[in-house]
Amino acid sequence: MAVKVKTLEELLKPPAEAASALSTQEYYVNMGPQHPISHGSLRFVVRLDGETAKEVMPVPGYVHRGIEKMCEHLSYRQMVHLSDRMDYFSALMGNWAVSKTVEHAAGIELNDRIEIIRTIMAELQRVQSHVLWWAVLGMDMGAATAFLYGFREREIIGEIFEETIGARLTMNYIQPGGVMYDIQPGFVAKVKKLISYLRPVIDEYDTLLSGNVILQERLRNVGVLDPKLALSMGCTGPVLRASGVPLDLRKVQPYGAYAKADFNVAVGSKGDSWDRYYVRVQEMRESLRIVEQLLDGIPEGPHMVMKPAVRIKVPEGMFYGQLETSRGILGLTLVSDGKGAGPIRAHFRSPNYNNLWVISALAPGWRVADTIAILSSLDLVIPEIDR
Amino acid sequence: MHESVVTTWMMTAGAWQAKTWAELASDALSQNIWLTVAYIAGGLIGSMTAVTILGLALIYAERKIAGHFQCRLGPMRVGPHGIFQTLADVVKLLMKEDIIPDRADKAMHLLAPFLAMGATMLVIAVIPYSPLLQLVDLNIGVLYVTAISGFGVMGILLGGWSSNNKWSLLGAMRSGAQIISYEVSATLALMVVVLFAGTLSLRGIVESQMDGWWIWRAHGVGIVAFIIYLIASTAEINRTPFDIPEGESELTGGFHTEYSGMRFSFFFLAEFLNMFVVGAMAATLFLGGWMPFHLGGWEGFNNVMGLIPPIVWFYGKVFFIIFVIMWFRWTFPRLRVDQLMRLEWKVLLPIGFVNLLAASVLVLTNLYFFPGN
Amino acid sequence: MDSAALVEGIIRKHPGAQLREGSDTPAVKVSAEVLVSVLESLRDDPEFGFDMLFDHTAIDWMEQGRFELIYRLFSTEQGHSAMVAADVPRDNPVAPTVSGLWRSALGLEREVYDLLGVLYDGHPDLRRVFLEDDWKGHPLRKDYQDDYMLERP
Repeated sequence: MAVKVKTLEELLKPPAEAASALSTQEYYVNMGPQHPISHGSLRFVVRLDGETAKEVMPVPGYVHRGIEKMCEHLSYRQMVHLSDRMDYFSALMGNWAVSKTVEHAAGIELNDRIEIIRTIMAELQRVQSHVLWWAVLGMDMGAATAFLYGFREREIIGEIFEETIGARLTMNYIQPGGVMYDIQPGFVAKVKKLISYLRPVIDEYDTLLSGNVILQERLRNVGVLDPKLALSMGCTGPVLRASGVPLDLRKVQPYGAYAKADFNVAVGSKGDSWDRYYVRVQEMRESLRIVEQLLDGIPEGPHMVMKPAVRIKVPEGMFYGQLETSRGILGLTLVSDGKGAGPIRAHFRSPNYNNLWVISALAPGWRVADTIAILSSLDLVIPEIDR
Repeated sequence: MHESVVTTWMMTAGAWQAKTWAELASDALSQNIWLTVAYIAGGLIGSMTAVTILGLALIYAERKIAGHFQCRLGPMRVGPHGIFQTLADVVKLLMKEDIIPDRADKAMHLLAPFLAMGATMLVIAVIPYSPLLQLVDLNIGVLYVTAISGFGVMGILLGGWSSNNKWSLLGAMRSGAQIISYEVSATLALMVVVLFAGTLSLRGIVESQMDGWWIWRAHGVGIVAFIIYLIASTAEINRTPFDIPEGESELTGGFHTEYSGMRFSFFFLAEFLNMFVVGAMAATLFLGGWMPFHLGGWEGFNNVMGLIPPIVWFYGKVFFIIFVIMWFRWTFPRLRVDQLMRLEWKVLLPIGFVNLLAASVLVLTNLYFFPGN
Repeated sequence: MDSAALVEGIIRKHPGAQLREGSDTPAVKVSAEVLVSVLESLRDDPEFGFDMLFDHTAIDWMEQGRFELIYRLFSTEQGHSAMVAADVPRDNPVAPTVSGLWRSALGLEREVYDLLGVLYDGHPDLRRVFLEDDWKGHPLRKDYQDDYMLERP
């Protein structure tokens, strides 16, 4: 065969023979798949020279479930349920990405109520996801208290979801043609209360972690991602925005009810880990602003424009939909033959998959601890990488 | 000399002349050798028991404090407010299988936890808990404590090296570098008090603080030395923000990755006892040991303070220091290796040297408060 | 640039390109031989300025005996996106790599190789990404079979 295919084993060179008794030797270690940093099951093969990382090779695939293959056998409605299981921290946005693409393909028109409910829920989910990321970053940096503070807020937001949606993690809420359930009667008041609770809490996060000199020392100037490199590597979401590229689909190609809300896109200046950190903290505040503006304007109307039992007919062709999840742009390519109940090919453009490879560009030359800091600031969710 | 009613009482009652356990044992030698043996055995068993109870109490305290720092309750199920939780954990750890990695250096792997633990136990012998309770009073007490507690790094190094695990080795090497570096600053800070007190004996240092604690009396030098000692010794005992040898999120547990069951709990216990030693040394050298808190000219207040038994004073001060160290742990993130070294060699060490020089000038010119008679 | 103008512009610059029917996004089809040069000029031409390779995948058209490679491009400066498609034969699925143009292709092409078995000529690190190195076959191909697959009605 003309094209040579490699294996991981071939890449791992045996360490060079030590020149003298005092010279140092490089060595390989496995970070993961069972390692506190792997946040799931991600493996890194790291070549170390003492404390310095020389090479970081991500080896994903430990939670590969073949979601794209499964989609070829499922109907469009059933696909939504798999989208939960990809980026489970922003499950609603996965639902939305599938629904948006299917609606666009099938030509389903939505009413304002659905769009606004979807937007509010998605933004709450974004806050929840970022809160969790903040907690885990604290843990990775050694601040265990931050971890539990973050989980406290995550539970509180989770209760809002639970009341309307009935689920906390895998929501299956946003469906093609609407949302599964209408919002509960006290929803607006509860979310308002939540916002007034969360605002000071995010300031508290700043005093607890962001303002800490040790954290700033650990994150500032560590793993600087050049905007050119970020674009070339296909980064999206906060990782790209931290490098100074204001690419946010909510602004660039407004979908849902984002056009109705006034918000800023948080942009970093340098692209170091600190910028990636602070962009997300700012995004939490902006998300709360969006929710606050939309809450009062939820119009009356049905929460579904088509019955859940109706089979969705998609014409023959190739369709693409994308939206901004907490971690970047999630796109879905659907290829339909116009006959079956589901697609003949579905491909997810995963933000995490593209962000993952950044680590092998940024980490070399930094210490082991910085590798952790960079990884943590990338905010990877492994099931979405592996799909 | 400021003397309150109570300290006078203590002096007349002969508390000053109270003998240490070692002296009692050697005195008994002239009467009956078995009495000496009984003293030694009693001392050993007593200190073992004390150390175990102390370890359990400290672990429980850490879990409770951590819980309340993190908006949760901590252990609540085993016993009222979970006070038997650590006991239950000890039972669990003892029953667990003791796993030794296949290619490990077995002898070293088995020995390492005892080395870590033993170093701490030896230090506990010289600490003056109260005028009536001290196991041994060495005339080189401070030197002994710094020397022996530095020995504890051997346990960690051996444990990490013998496990045949790259993460363990990395953790052990970090630990070795860190403990040896910070030992310098901690010792420099202790030297300040030694200069003022004019003795290396821990009992002598406590007695020299009759008129006031060295942290106040030393004209600012004392408080700088205290802060340096607190930072350096937090690093020496591998607690957050200096817990890089364990560095859970980086090294999956560092030097004790491959340890399980009882041997792991020995490392764990050694860490907590080290914290106690740090607290005890800080209390003894800077905060007056078992001396009560007195204010000049407030006779009534001083008398009330003097009513509190010395051992309560001592433990109160120690637990305050321990609480501060736990407070650090549950607030701060972790430093990076090179930042850690920079903090020691570029910040703490120069300050420590300048501080020591300033202290010697103060001692020579008798410029500190209440300069003896 | 709106979609019709975009497709027109690409075809005007690259006579080999033609409209790719049936896609909801502006899409052109080129032959695999000129793929790299077309993509490179799309990236460097200030008129298009596609600075991101947004997504890359392949579709297995088994009946027609071809893999259709899909390259989704996005321009952050001009905010427009386009799709470039190219066919490679199914029995000899060798395609040129575009990893020299965008680094994101390094990962994306590995994924397509892993799941569909398209071989990228010139890729510096062509390995399986999700599956083990000794895995037999490429699961997203329509004729993929293994012992544990469930029978589908």
